[in-house]
Parts: sequence; C-alpha cells; structure tokens
Amino acid sequence: MLFTSYEFIGFVILLVALYYVLPKKAKWPLLLLGSYVFYYFAGWKFLFYIAAVTVITYVAGLLISRNKVRADARFAELKALEKSGGASPEEAGKEARKRYKESQKKKRRRIMTIGIVLALGILAVVKYTNFTIHNINGILSVFGSSKRLGFLEIALPMGISFYTFQAVGYVIDVYRDRHEAQKNFFKYALFVSFFPQLVQGPISRYGDLSKELFTPHAFSGRVLERGFQRVLWGYFKKVVIADRMLTAVNALIDAPATYKGVYVFLVMMFYALELYADFTGGIDITIGIAEMLGIPVKENFERPFFSKNIAEYWRRWHITMGTWFTDYIFYPVSVSGPMLKLSKWSRKHLGEKVGKRLPVYLASFIVWFTTGIWHGASWNFIVWGLGNFVVIMISQELEPLYAKFHKRVKTDGSTAYKTFQVGRTVLLMSALRLFDCYRDVPLTFKMFGTMFTTWNWKSLGSGTLMHLGLVRSDYVILGIGTIILITVSMFGRSGSVRDKLEKKLPLPARWGLFTALLLIIVIFGAYGQGYDAAQFIYNQF
Amino acid sequence: MDELISILKEIHPDVDYETATNLVDGKILDSFDIISLVSEIAEQFDVVVSAEHMIPENFNSAQAIWNLIQKLEDDE
Repeated sequence: MLFTSYEFIGFVILLVALYYVLPKKAKWPLLLLGSYVFYYFAGWKFLFYIAAVTVITYVAGLLISRNKVRADARFAELKALEKSGGASPEEAGKEARKRYKESQKKKRRRIMTIGIVLALGILAVVKYTNFTIHNINGILSVFGSSKRLGFLEIALPMGISFYTFQAVGYVIDVYRDRHEAQKNFFKYALFVSFFPQLVQGPISRYGDLSKELFTPHAFSGRVLERGFQRVLWGYFKKVVIADRMLTAVNALIDAPATYKGVYVFLVMMFYALELYADFTGGIDITIGIAEMLGIPVKENFERPFFSKNIAEYWRRWHITMGTWFTDYIFYPVSVSGPMLKLSKWSRKHLGEKVGKRLPVYLASFIVWFTTGIWHGASWNFIVWGLGNFVVIMISQELEPLYAKFHKRVKTDGSTAYKTFQVGRTVLLMSALRLFDCYRDVPLTFKMFGTMFTTWNWKSLGSGTLMHLGLVRSDYVILGIGTIILITVSMFGRSGSVRDKLEKKLPLPARWGLFTALLLIIVIFGAYGQGYDAAQFIYNQF
Repeated sequence: MDELISILKEIHPDVDYETATNLVDGKILDSFDIISLVSEIAEQFDVVVSAEHMIPENFNSAQAIWNLIQKLEDDE
C-alpha cells in the first residue's frame, strides 16, 4: 500500500474518521491495529520481523527499567541502613555503595547490549547477508577459486532500517535513564510500528512521540485542516515533481554510454530535485497524517539546500537520522575508553593538534561508514558515505584558511557570498549523490570525469531533452514546480508557511488556495508511465 | 570555572560564555566542538563525561557544563 495509492488514501480517511468517532480508550489501540494492517499489506511475512524487533527491544527496555528501580531502592536502603548503623561491614561506606551502583549499571549495560545485538542482528541478516556473500565471492575469485557461495533468497522487509533504529534508540534511552520503559507491550508496539512513519521515518524518539501518541485527541477542525494542508503539500512534491522528474533521471542513468558530459550534470541537478521532492514530500505526508490525528512528529528537514556548508546541510537534511547517529554512535564512540586512550596517546606522540583531532575524525569515519551502509548494502553507498566524510574533514581542516580569507575579504551578510555558499552546497551534495544514481563506483567516477572531458553542451539545444520520456509541458510543470518549491522554502525561513497563510488570508481564500493545490495534484500528477494526466482523470468519471 | 571558560574560548573565542545560554540549541557548539570540549574536560578535570551526559541541557551554558563537571567529580 504505497502512499500514492488509492488504497492508502482510503485507508487514511477511514482511520482518521474512526479515530475521532471511537471512544477515548479505543483510540490508540485503533492506531496499533491500523499500523499492523498497513504493514500487513506490505507483505504478511514482514510482520514477523517487526514483531520480533518489538518483542526483543520491549523486553530489554523492561528488564533495564526494572533493574534500575530495584537498584535505586536498594541504594537508598543501604544509605538508610548505614545511617541507622544496621549495614553489614561489606555494605557500609560510600565506596561499597558506589561498587554496588556500578555492578548494577554493568548488568543493565549487558541487557542493553544483548537487546541491541539481537535487534540489529535481524537487520544485519536480512540486509547485509547477500552483500557479504557477494564480497566473499569477489575475494574467492581474486584468489583464483572457482567456488562461489549461493545467495540467500530473502526480501528486505519494508521500513526495517527505520523501525529497528527507532527501537534500538528506545533501549539506549531507557539505559541512559532518559525515560522509563513502557510497561504496556501493545503501547510499545504502536511506538515501533506507527504507520505514517514506518516506511521512511522520521526516526522518532520515544520521549518525543509517546505522550501524544497514546493521548486520545478530541476532534478539532483546525488540526484536521492543518494536517490536510501539509499532506496536500507533500503529494504535490511527490506526484507532480518527484515522480515526473524520475522519468528523465532514469532515462539518463540507464544509458550512461549515450548521456555523458553535460548530461551527467543534468543527472546531478535533476536527481537533487527528485530526491528532495520525493523525500521531503513523503515526510510532509507522514507529518501531515500524524497531525490530522493530533500527533506531532519531529521535523526531518529544515530547508537543507540553504545550508552554508556540508556539515550544516547534514544538520538540516534527514535530521532525525543525523541526530540518531550523533547520539548513539558518534558520542559513545568518541568518548569510549579506547578512544580516550587513543586521544591521550596521540596527544603525547603526535602533538596537541593531531591528538585533538584524531579521535573525532576516527569517530566521524565510523559514523559516515555506517551512514553509507545504512542507506544500502552496496559499495556505492559506502563510498558515498565516506565521500561526505572526506568533504566535511577537508572543510574542517581548511577552516583556518577560511578565517584568514574572511579577515581580508569582508563577506559578512553579503548576498553574493551567501548565494555562492548555497550553490557550493547544492553542487557538492548533488555530485556525491551520483553514487546513488549510477549505483556502481567505477562507473560513477567515470561519468563524473566526462563532465570535464566531454564538451557536449551544445547538444542540449538539439532536442535531446525531449527523448527522456518527458515532453515540453512536463519541463514547464517542473520549472514552475521548482519555482514554487524555492519560493515556499524562502517564505518559510522566518516560520511556518501555514501560520503565515492563516494570518494573512481569510478562510475562503485559504481554502481556494488549497483546492487549487488539490486540483494541481490531480491534473498534473505524474501517474506512472503510460498514463497521461488527462486520460487518468477521465477514467475517474 | 575560569579554567572551563578558557577551554571554551579556545573552541570559539568570539562567544560571551558568561551570558550565553543556548550554546547547543543556538547551534554555537556542534558535535565536533562537544567532543573536543569533553576530551579537554577529561584532560584538565580528570572526569569522564560519558555519552549519557551528552544532552543539550548539559552543554547549553558554561554554568551547565560546570554543574556537570561538579556532579561528575562528586560521583567519582
């Protein structure tokens, strides 16, 4: 049941209606049932995976929480006993209590580790087994062996990377005492499976999402209206822009021998637009649906293409994934025992400057390698991740140079310099994404190189653009669509666009605007190859 | 406290740490800065700031960082 299918739209309408009709007690159970029905449509076998991850992390969370409560009570008891003089010699004193506290924390740490290893183990098996086999076979062939391992026939369960990370984050947060474990198994199951964010995130934190998820919300026309507006905006991005752009992107990357040079630049730009519209559109739909139910979900984007540099871009693009990696990998790795030892060692032997940076860079390397492989089990994603790492490191290292430059040349606040920075971000990110497009590392490097060796700019004027599965009107729609996207994005710099519209436009005008948006989606949506919009609408009558 | 301020000044010399209360939320300190800070704190104050302490509330102001160091020293 894709977000763009009629089934899904029908499903959401029914669910939202039922949510507001049903009594308070039945509201969150309805969401759980709905989420599992939604997931069932992705494939009934996948239900086992989500159920397994849910059970593992639920039990781990519960055991950690219980241990914490018991340990705290015992700690307080030991303190009281010592005051009253009733503590045994082994238990008396601050040191003994500290030892007790630490031994209990170790126990909790062990439970957390087992929970994480099991949950991530499922993800590893389904997502990375064939990639590992592929690499082993490669090594075998290098050594001249004719032996090959067979591939596993296993389908990747929809959204598994997202819900596994969400569930693992929950276990770590319980361990870190950010919140207690959820005792009600079914409530926890809803947190893991909440359907709008099951397919592509955001990766929510239990502390952020849980309260409103389980609170029964009363019907509010305004909440429904605002959620619906956000959903519409998401569909506009997805079906009018992303799905239309997809046709041309696929045509270009499917024929690399034909489309070199300037066409690789086109792939960069077209894919940047497609991915932005697709991903942010999908998240708009997710957040909008949750909003219609009165549930706020964390934002995942903050106008990323307006970033000054790549590091900032990554703080504004797929935010919930970035913060997940920072909180659960970057920080723990950076301050782990071995890393602190390495830091001390390198400061002593390699000097202050290198010593300070080495641990941070090593932790960053691990994060970017993981980010790459999280996106997909193939080398192109790993190289893409490490490409980001290299760019960020280079810009860190060049910072003193930038500082010198800015001392000499005053650029503060200048629109030209800001535009240059934004342009640089867009170009760098789009170039790195070529790894995602061609899905083959050597080919990507080769195609990137052709931008500088094959000068075929003139051929753009000879009508080749019309051979990419799009006609002139498609390009017009894409052009206008992009202008709308940029305008809305700029308009949103100082706050929510919907808030502004609400203040400035009277209700009928607002509805007029959103009806127009709905009509645009229906008329200009790219509903798969072989359809044209007019034919599609006609079929509805 | 002065020692802490001088560590912070080394990271971002142009910030007024006496008054700033949104170092993390205001995106003045990024994750790289926080790791540099934590490793400096480990060197100078001999306390280990573990990942569970690395939340914005503990790093939003010099006072908050100072309170965290005090708390960790007490725990030692």
